[in-house]
Amino acid sequence: MDAFLQYTVQGLAAGGFYALAALGLAVIFGALGVVNFAHGSFYMLGAVASAVLLDVLGIQFWAALVIVPILMFIFGIIIELLLVQWLLKLDILYNFLLTFGLSLVLVDLVKRQYGVSGLPYELPAGLGGLLQIGSVEVPSYQLFVFLFALAVCLVVWFVLSKTRVGMIVRAATEEPERARALGINVSAWVTPVFGFGVALAGLAGVLAAPFRAITATMGTNFIIILFAIVVIGGLGSVLGAVVAGFLVGLVEAYGQGYAGTFSQVLIFVLMAVVIAVRPAGLFGRKEAV
Amino acid sequence: MSTDLETPLPTKFDVSDFDPRARRARSIRRLLLGTIALVAVLGLPWWVYPPIAVDIAAWALFAISVDLLLGFVGALSFGHAAFWGVSAYSAGLIAQNFGLPFPVAIVGGAIAAMIIAVPIGYLAVRRSGIYFAMVTLAFAQMIWFVANQWKDVTGGENGLQGVPKSFFGIELIETEAFYFYYVVVILIVAGAWLAWRIVNSPFGRVLVAIRDNSARTRALGYDVEKYKLIAFVLSAGIAGVAGGVFAISHGFVSLQELDWTTSGKVVLMTVLGGMGTLWGGPVGAAVIVLLEDRLATSGFDGIGIITGSIFILCVLLFRRGIWGTAKNLIDRARAGYAKRRS
Repeated sequence: MDAFLQYTVQGLAAGGFYALAALGLAVIFGALGVVNFAHGSFYMLGAVASAVLLDVLGIQFWAALVIVPILMFIFGIIIELLLVQWLLKLDILYNFLLTFGLSLVLVDLVKRQYGVSGLPYELPAGLGGLLQIGSVEVPSYQLFVFLFALAVCLVVWFVLSKTRVGMIVRAATEEPERARALGINVSAWVTPVFGFGVALAGLAGVLAAPFRAITATMGTNFIIILFAIVVIGGLGSVLGAVVAGFLVGLVEAYGQGYAGTFSQVLIFVLMAVVIAVRPAGLFGRKEAV
Repeated sequence: MSTDLETPLPTKFDVSDFDPRARRARSIRRLLLGTIALVAVLGLPWWVYPPIAVDIAAWALFAISVDLLLGFVGALSFGHAAFWGVSAYSAGLIAQNFGLPFPVAIVGGAIAAMIIAVPIGYLAVRRSGIYFAMVTLAFAQMIWFVANQWKDVTGGENGLQGVPKSFFGIELIETEAFYFYYVVVILIVAGAWLAWRIVNSPFGRVLVAIRDNSARTRALGYDVEKYKLIAFVLSAGIAGVAGGVFAISHGFVSLQELDWTTSGKVVLMTVLGGMGTLWGGPVGAAVIVLLEDRLATSGFDGIGIITGSIFILCVLLFRRGIWGTAKNLIDRARAGYAKRRS
């Protein structure tokens, strides 16, 4: 039972990264119709950026948690204006391929600059210890990641569904023509939304920095798991991305705890089951193929 | 769902079929292209270092197998490394454990790839478009994990070492890459011919119909999923031949063969060469293999920066690819010529 609780916390923390990043992926897909293959690389850049900020400028974790997403937001806007926007009108595969090429470039650039061994990063002050819950000790940082990610997801959900900005973004996403007719400059909204999605990936990267190995290739397996997550959750669905993100985090943690070496395979088995039973994903709409 | 991949339909029933002069021009053109292809296939190991020639041939067939799905079914497989890699491991194991001549091992590898393609394809064809790409990528990664963990069979991170090239004791072929090339190229050409036959068959017409409008094809009474699955398995078999050739040629198999970057690389070759053209893939394969060889020998360690940039430029500015652009230019020149004559 104790072990179970520990795996649960571990899974919820891992699920926190997945949920944040998958949320970014879902928002970008929703607003631009782009499946961003470079999302794993943006996550990696978030982690690398926090390590570099610490090393060069001495910027600590808590400041990085704010600065890195802002930097990634700007970076995302540059990428959107420079590359992604030219292919928005074409088949979705083109931007998928474009962002794949981009991820190759980003990974090898980081590899050349910082080598293949991991960059050092320490647990932030105050979160390095263990927390006593009943008879179980869980690392407090993992609990923090879970709660923080959950809070961010809730805020994003609130903004999208309850505020005027969210309403405009949803209108621009679902009915671009009608939104235009009502005087909303749809294309002006698309670019910041892409930046926002990239910022979420970067934020997941900052959270991952203290307890994952920070390497150039840390995003490559991550993006494939993210794809499995959005397939499980349903690609068009923001709620699906978050729920499936936490679900996959838990499956991964329990797998590591109980199934050992084949734990990663479990995620794909879960995906296969979902495709077989509900091809549109857990929260996907039928027509969203 | 229609996919606008900017690939013109391969028009089979051309008006020019009934014009004897145009027919003669067409058969001359075919003869010319066939001669160029034959010279390229036979001359390759004379112009480039023979082991590289074998690599180009293997990647060329691999790219053709991807284009069979991408260009003619409209389904981008981002997990074709699964079939290339499964075949590479299977061919390697067959050659190592049974001492059979390598063509047998390669065919065995291709069969293994087709077997593994059945369940993956069964699930993947239930989704189309971008989902298909993500699902194939995810399943390929699953196979990678299994191979990584199943160390007794695959050797884990060490891979399979010392795969023999036995060929009825003919030493020249077993040791000289130059002569080895001429044996494996028969398998490669057979695979390419199979792809060409598939595309130019009634079955291939149905595939193109699915690509252009799957709902209408279904309404016409075709079992869309079944057709896609058969195409997927055939494509996996062709990729398997390519992977087997690659494994035997190198004499070892590593996890790299199953890696997602291998899937990405072959998609790059296909797109660079020109998707939906079938013969663009080999052109793209030759460009990328030679480029990577040049970069590796010059000691440059950021190959992804170059190939990724090529990919971005190709997708942004050059979507028809090398073969598609060349074909487009020739077609336009011909149309202009015909216009001036009439």
